[in-house]
Amino acid sequence: MIMTTTAQKVEAEKVEKDIILDIQELSVYYGKFRAVNGVSIPVERHKVVSLIGPSGCGKSTLLRSLNRMNDLIPTARVEGKVLFQGEDLYAPGADPIDIRFRVGMVFQKPNPFPKSIYDNVAFGPRINGFKGKLDDLVEESLRQAALWDEVKDRLKDSAYALSGGQQQRLCIARTLAVRPELILMDEPCSALDPIATLAIEDLIHQLQEQYTIVIVTHNMQQAGRVSDYTAFMNMDADRAGYLVEYDATQQIFTNPQDKRTEDYISGRFG
Amino acid sequence: MTVSLPAPAAVRRARSRSLLSRATEWVVERLLLVCAFVSIGTTFGIVAILGVETLAFFQQVPLFAFFTDTQWTPLFSDKHYGILPLLSGTLLVAGGAMLVALPVGLLAAVYLSEYAPVRVRAVLKPALEVLAGVPTVVYGYFALLFVTPILQTLVPGTEVFNAASASIVMGIMIIPLVSSLSEDAMSAVPRSLREAALALGATRQETTVKVVIPAAASGIMASFILTASRAIGETMIVAIAAGLQPKLTLNPFESVETMTAYIVQVSLGDTPHGSLEYQTIFAVGTALFVLTFLLNVVSLGVVRRFREQYQ
Repeated sequence: MIMTTTAQKVEAEKVEKDIILDIQELSVYYGKFRAVNGVSIPVERHKVVSLIGPSGCGKSTLLRSLNRMNDLIPTARVEGKVLFQGEDLYAPGADPIDIRFRVGMVFQKPNPFPKSIYDNVAFGPRINGFKGKLDDLVEESLRQAALWDEVKDRLKDSAYALSGGQQQRLCIARTLAVRPELILMDEPCSALDPIATLAIEDLIHQLQEQYTIVIVTHNMQQAGRVSDYTAFMNMDADRAGYLVEYDATQQIFTNPQDKRTEDYISGRFG
Repeated sequence: MTVSLPAPAAVRRARSRSLLSRATEWVVERLLLVCAFVSIGTTFGIVAILGVETLAFFQQVPLFAFFTDTQWTPLFSDKHYGILPLLSGTLLVAGGAMLVALPVGLLAAVYLSEYAPVRVRAVLKPALEVLAGVPTVVYGYFALLFVTPILQTLVPGTEVFNAASASIVMGIMIIPLVSSLSEDAMSAVPRSLREAALALGATRQETTVKVVIPAAASGIMASFILTASRAIGETMIVAIAAGLQPKLTLNPFESVETMTAYIVQVSLGDTPHGSLEYQTIFAVGTALFVLTFLLNVVSLGVVRRFREQYQ
């Protein structure tokens, strides 16, 4: 019952809010296995939305269906709609290459290319035929990722010379360099130490002014610190992930409407 | 809860080894050592004999003449000992073979690693590797009796024995070497790098060309080196199809003689042991050895310089 009221409330709010991404009744299948079942989440522009929930509940699968990375898995398919700026990402004519250009992604483990710091950031603009001043774009992207001061004197060095936290910020800079309209982050701090994690979290706050971010995290404190809205997912006995509750982060953490959410955030399971 | 364990002494007694088992172990260890030394010893033996006979050769033929004379006629009455015609023949045939094998092999590797569905790959890769199992003598006659007539129709004036035919067939023979090793190198590139590129809006082709191939470059280069060494050392195909006329030429439609083919020619003849003619094959063998060695050193240097090493 609670879910219906939440859904109705969310529907009503959609009208007055600037919704950049509207996930509607999305289900994702791997072959016969249903990994995500009927999830609906509206994402407001310039907000950070975090997806939390126990391992295996389909958070990452959901995230990877938002830039069609799941297309890479031959058996994956989706039902439902993902409206991005009003266009369905899964409409017959939608081009996954174009979608991935507009929806950036930062992965769990830092995955810089085995190239120089400069070439890492310049990769996206280059393949997308950027015509302006590449040097300026690289600098601007590194500044936005709060990495410029640390690397400005060694742009030609290998990206692997950087620490794990720096590599992850480089990966964020690389994503920013193509000026995505939406950024997906798949547990971006799970491979980092606490200090590097804080640096990334600060960065997320700053990026919010210009970008919209959807972040999967295992760390509830992180969800509390960085996000405006939180979606709590859980899984059924058949391991299909579903949405339990989606609301303002403040609300989810202080006054959850669903017993399962409360149990999860208070550490009783998961 | 008590778990009943045997007394420590009993365990120790059960483990103490008999004299016989210790003796067996000693013998086995020495046996393994001997096995290891068989191959090492053989290698040293080859190098030593090559060295001794080559030295004897160069006591009679000046090194300068060996490298500058443009004729190789040790078996004729007017004797010349210039390695250049054999060297050019070798490089012509091997170069031609690489020209066939590298592009085809690399593209096959790209297809297998980046594009082929799992099931296609499962069939295609072993099938390609079967090519490497065909005896080279079969390839030799395939070149002489099948490819050469076609070449003669296409390019009038092609000699019966010619470099081109041997090159093409040798190239086909070594395609699996290139594709298999390059494919291994590309498949070893972490998925996360491909995902990073694709997530930036790269197409599969851009991902392959700009991320996967550079990251796999050292493995791909290694496959090229190995292939080049194989092409230079290949004997049967060239002995059968390329001819036995040491000629300093770059025309692939003429008959040439490679270093390996010359060694075969002399070995099959009735050249007396210890004669200068006999020693020529060791000099050629040494040259072949040095050539392959240099190729390996240079290529390794190139790989170190340009590879993009991933973590």
